[in-house]
Amino acid sequence: MLESKYQVLTGPEGYLPPAAASKGVTLPDEGLALVEGTIVPEKDAIEKIAEKILQAKNPFFFPGPLLLWDWKEGVAQKAALVKKLAEVAGIKIIPMPDYRPKYPMINPDIEINPNHPNLTIWHNKIDLCLFIGVHCHYANVALKIIRGGTDCYTIALCGEAGHEDAMISLRDVGLAQLEALIEAVTRLKGVANS
Amino acid sequence: MSKNIFRISPGFEDIMPDEYKELVESGPYGKDLGVSDMGTFKELLEEHPLCAGCGLALSLRLILASLPNPEDTVIVGSTGCSALAFPQVAVHNIHSLFGNQNAVASGLKRALKLRFPDKVKDVVVIAGDGATADIGLDMVMQSWFRSESITTIMLDNEAYANTGGQESGMTQQGAVMNMAPKGKNFPKISLPEIAREAGCSYVASISPAQPKRLEKMVRRAILTAREVGPSYVQIFSPCPTNYKFKPQETVSRIKQHQKEGHYQTKEYINTAAQEYLASIEEGKKNE
Repeated sequence: MLESKYQVLTGPEGYLPPAAASKGVTLPDEGLALVEGTIVPEKDAIEKIAEKILQAKNPFFFPGPLLLWDWKEGVAQKAALVKKLAEVAGIKIIPMPDYRPKYPMINPDIEINPNHPNLTIWHNKIDLCLFIGVHCHYANVALKIIRGGTDCYTIALCGEAGHEDAMISLRDVGLAQLEALIEAVTRLKGVANS
Repeated sequence: MSKNIFRISPGFEDIMPDEYKELVESGPYGKDLGVSDMGTFKELLEEHPLCAGCGLALSLRLILASLPNPEDTVIVGSTGCSALAFPQVAVHNIHSLFGNQNAVASGLKRALKLRFPDKVKDVVVIAGDGATADIGLDMVMQSWFRSESITTIMLDNEAYANTGGQESGMTQQGAVMNMAPKGKNFPKISLPEIAREAGCSYVASISPAQPKRLEKMVRRAILTAREVGPSYVQIFSPCPTNYKFKPQETVSRIKQHQKEGHYQTKEYINTAAQEYLASIEEGKKNE
């Protein structure tokens, strides 16, 4: 697989950062993940995500409609694991229930304005965010805006093929991957506390 | 019909903003509510960026409250004032290029039929007069010629209001506007007649000054499009900004126009649609 020299790193990268795909960043194949522009095995990425979460001062989940609404079989179990991961890792949650613009009434304490995710990040001083259950097109746009205007570290826990515009992108995230993440966070916390 | 899409994932009930909890608990989805119930349920459009007294905003609220099946409806809009409100509507909606709305809606309806063969999915075009009667007239009429199963609703504010006030095909003859200072030279297009001749099974013109009739017409139009053929509703929605009247005068202005005969409430139903609607409305009476 071709690997790009371009790396998706913490910003701010400028007013209009390029889409990572346009700079040659490609999505990982099944069983692999993307970490700052490099393709790595899924299990390595899970360890890296756990490390990053534990290192962060103010990590947040941004769950999207695919997770927040109990719209098909399996979502409730996934939602329960995300809640568990949030509790175990001390991650706060700001929901993105749909993609309607919130003008001018956005309250960045209780929800994210999908059209201006940077406002929510600035307001809450978020240094790491995890996207989960956000439709591809909005995740790509939001991740690019965050990279462009903030120094927030972005992680995409994607149910499909992943997102080039996140600093870490895990693909095909289901129950097994979330359980592995919970296990990794618990283990690393234990090591840190021992 | 499954309403699971409007159930919050367990554990996230407390995290969801109140606005969404309210939509789930007291929204109109799956409850068969109508305009008479307005004020008792969470409306699908609340905040919007349109001008004070905007006839489109009033019409849009009434249309949304009239949808027979909001949870399985997709609205296709087009460029114009109304397009500014659509992103804030709690119904799936698509913004098309200016004038393309009926072509987009045709494709969408066909795709939904293939994707959800066992479900009723309503596709409703809601666009202004510029998109419907001028720039998009080709696509609108071709969709009627092809008998696409979609409803077309025109929000008729008799102007290109969003771009500063040019005359449209729907502007009344003689009307003077910001960018039509000499007054319009040609009469208003009679689109209901064109719709009828182009193959619509149900055609109506109405205004938000008659909310119950508007509701009945919107419902009839959508039900007709489901089972019989294309339908068209024209809704007079005057623009206080371009026509320079006070925001609180919108409804009285509509009534005045109707009284003077400039805008008439009309309804045309072809035989097939009449039979279908009669069977439904009769069934409802007997419930």
